[in-house]
Amino acid sequence: MTDKTPALRLEGIVKTFPGVRALDGVSFTVMPGEVHALMGENGAGKSTLMKVLGGILAPNEGQIFIEEQPTIMSSPMNAKEKGVVFIHQELSLADELTVAENIFLGELPRKSFGRVDWTTLYDQTNAILKTLNVGFDAKKRVGDLSIANQQMVEIARALTVEPRAVIFDEPTASLTDAEKVVLFKVIEDLQSRGVGVIYISHRMEEIFKITDRISVLRDGQYRGTLNTSETNEEEVTQLMIGRTLDLSRAEVTHETGEVALEVRSLSCGELFEDVSFTVRRGEVVGFYGLVGAGRTEIAETLFGLREPSSGTIHLSGEEVRIHSPADAIRRGISLVPEDRKGQGLILGMNCRDNMTLPQVSNLTAGPFVSDGAEVAIFDQYRDKLDIRTPGWRQTVGNLSGGNQQKIVIGKWLSMHPEVLIVDEPTRGIDVGSKSEIHNLIRELAAQGYAVIVISSEMPEVLHVSDRIIAMFAGKVMREFTADEVTEDSLIQAISGIKPDKVA
Amino acid sequence: MKNETRVNLIKQGAIWAFIVVELIFFSVAGEFLSVSDKAFMNFDNMLLLLKQSAPIGIIALGMTIVMINGNIDLSVGATFALAAIVLLDSMTWPFMEALGNWAIPLAWFFALTTGVVLGAINGLIVWKTGVDAFIVTLGSMLGFRGLVFMYNGEQPTSHLNWTLVDFAEAQFLGLHTATWFLLGAALLLWLLMTKTVHGRNAYAIGNNRDAAVNAGIRVGPHFLWNFMLIGFLAALSAVVFYSESGSVNPNDGMLYELWAITAVVLGGTKLSGGYGSIVSTLGGVIAIQLLRKGLGHIGADTETVNLVIGLILIAVLFLDRQLNRKGKEELRT
Repeated sequence: MTDKTPALRLEGIVKTFPGVRALDGVSFTVMPGEVHALMGENGAGKSTLMKVLGGILAPNEGQIFIEEQPTIMSSPMNAKEKGVVFIHQELSLADELTVAENIFLGELPRKSFGRVDWTTLYDQTNAILKTLNVGFDAKKRVGDLSIANQQMVEIARALTVEPRAVIFDEPTASLTDAEKVVLFKVIEDLQSRGVGVIYISHRMEEIFKITDRISVLRDGQYRGTLNTSETNEEEVTQLMIGRTLDLSRAEVTHETGEVALEVRSLSCGELFEDVSFTVRRGEVVGFYGLVGAGRTEIAETLFGLREPSSGTIHLSGEEVRIHSPADAIRRGISLVPEDRKGQGLILGMNCRDNMTLPQVSNLTAGPFVSDGAEVAIFDQYRDKLDIRTPGWRQTVGNLSGGNQQKIVIGKWLSMHPEVLIVDEPTRGIDVGSKSEIHNLIRELAAQGYAVIVISSEMPEVLHVSDRIIAMFAGKVMREFTADEVTEDSLIQAISGIKPDKVA
Repeated sequence: MKNETRVNLIKQGAIWAFIVVELIFFSVAGEFLSVSDKAFMNFDNMLLLLKQSAPIGIIALGMTIVMINGNIDLSVGATFALAAIVLLDSMTWPFMEALGNWAIPLAWFFALTTGVVLGAINGLIVWKTGVDAFIVTLGSMLGFRGLVFMYNGEQPTSHLNWTLVDFAEAQFLGLHTATWFLLGAALLLWLLMTKTVHGRNAYAIGNNRDAAVNAGIRVGPHFLWNFMLIGFLAALSAVVFYSESGSVNPNDGMLYELWAITAVVLGGTKLSGGYGSIVSTLGGVIAIQLLRKGLGHIGADTETVNLVIGLILIAVLFLDRQLNRKGKEELRT
């Protein structure tokens, strides 16, 4: 393979964001006709790297070469023109348009006076569909296709140019086994046409089945490339996580109390099934798994945003039914949501009003809200959580991510909840504030709160949790105590590998 | 941070600055162009202006609240007309006539109740079906107007009660009855929106509905209350106006919803919800009335007035976008 010109070569790519070095000198090479896996934990820099490659982000340093020609990708369209195309995890298709219109969206063939040249459009589309060997035709409405076929449309879209490199981002996330076979066949075809394929996935099985080489990123740095045929799951896992953890578990010792929350065989449609666990007072239980494993959905069910299809929820031993967030809040369940700006905060409101929002109806004097009572609560939790803001009148939208998150946490603490659920506590928060939030979570447990932490970052889960529940595809795979958990076993559990298979 | 406070101040004060500019412009231009020889900035003229602002103004106050809440109400013009008919017609009912002047408060009560009921219909539909308020009230706008025509066909409904007319034309401390109602409603609604739980929650829902639900706020009842409130205010506006005029045509109140929305938007309330203020709406109402009166003063006809108001509305919103960095980014795409 080495005697050929690489299809794509990255050299020393550096991308920094304020406070974060997301990519730190990443270099790797994709040969034509090879399937190259890109692996790494969440936050290792894969998606940033792909954004750089796709022309969405400009690198601070480094160079991209296409067939050894130095290239600058100025936009996704530009990247596509140069033969680098993406198949995104999330489909971006117009449901109401036909397959052909979707494939040629923005570049429909035209006749005079700007009329669409339908004949050419359908001919070209059918030609592409034929190479993909799919069972639908160009005039089909995209919204009527299955998810797998919609993905084929995405792939067909990539083939309107002569691609040099095609990047698949978690392509099998929503596919059945039969559909995967079809996808792998398409990838094989691309391969035989001399296209370089970058395949991003967490699923070891697939990686070992279809890829030729595996490159690993960790903490924004390139950690090496392995030949798939000469390695094994253990070695790859080792490479992905093999850092010495600088985040040792926080030294807060305390005793756990009685069971605050018990969930028995809770299911919600196809989102998660037969989930059981308990959380004690003074304990942090971490939920770890891939995106889409059902963690957030469990939190939303506990908080009354979803109705469970079966199973029960018990608070302090008493069975409760929760139909709305208002119910949950009354029962003492609070949720710090994953999407802080979209679901946690009223961005246009000031800090104080955001913090007192759930209890403002209890802070009245006569018909009016009592300013004094509100400010008192704000001041108390600003000091307690060390929220840095010029004053309560500051609009929340102008605060940093860490301080915003503290406002959300303060909002719930001031309600004295029984159970605090924190979903992705440090998403989009800089490194310094991260450890502050982690310490805060440990402290809250020490004060006797029952805390659930949902996170996609392994160091975070390991750092804050007393127990860890590993989830895969809507099911609890395994439960670990902080003493017995290892990074290996955790990563295998969330990849769907049963404990008995672990060596 | 200081910068931000300043920007907010500029934005809040902008409508009042605009009013001052209008006053100066029309005073100066009036010197050269005026069709009458009276000065524009005449005290009586200004008092009259406030009185004339009242019908649209009272509705616009309600519209502000509904829009802050993230909804809109297009049916207010029809509600206005129906409430007016109930007011005037109910006073001709035999048992009402027997009551003498006691019929007046009762007729007011009937008219205001009509407004509240119509508002509740809108609110319940928006709450229970989840259909967008724009669509729901577009439908009820047509429906309520249909009721207006069913009541009395194409005929005007008339009834003059001189006690009522005297009350409506009275001046207390120089201000007309209608002006007092406008200012009184503004004060109460300002308190409602800035000092009460309902007001706080209405802002929160309009700004970020998901986050409001996550804070345990029940969205539906707030919608219902606000629609009832705007229905009440549309009826109040009708009651104040028709107490004096004594005759309502079935087409009265048409386009009032759009004038109200114009005033609200001119005052800086956002169509998308979550931002806005009662005081600024009052400014928007006065600014529009000034523009109409001022342009009339310098000899422009109604068509020209509408053209100018339309242009100014678009210009103001464009400036607002330019002030807003986020808006600027959207312009580029």
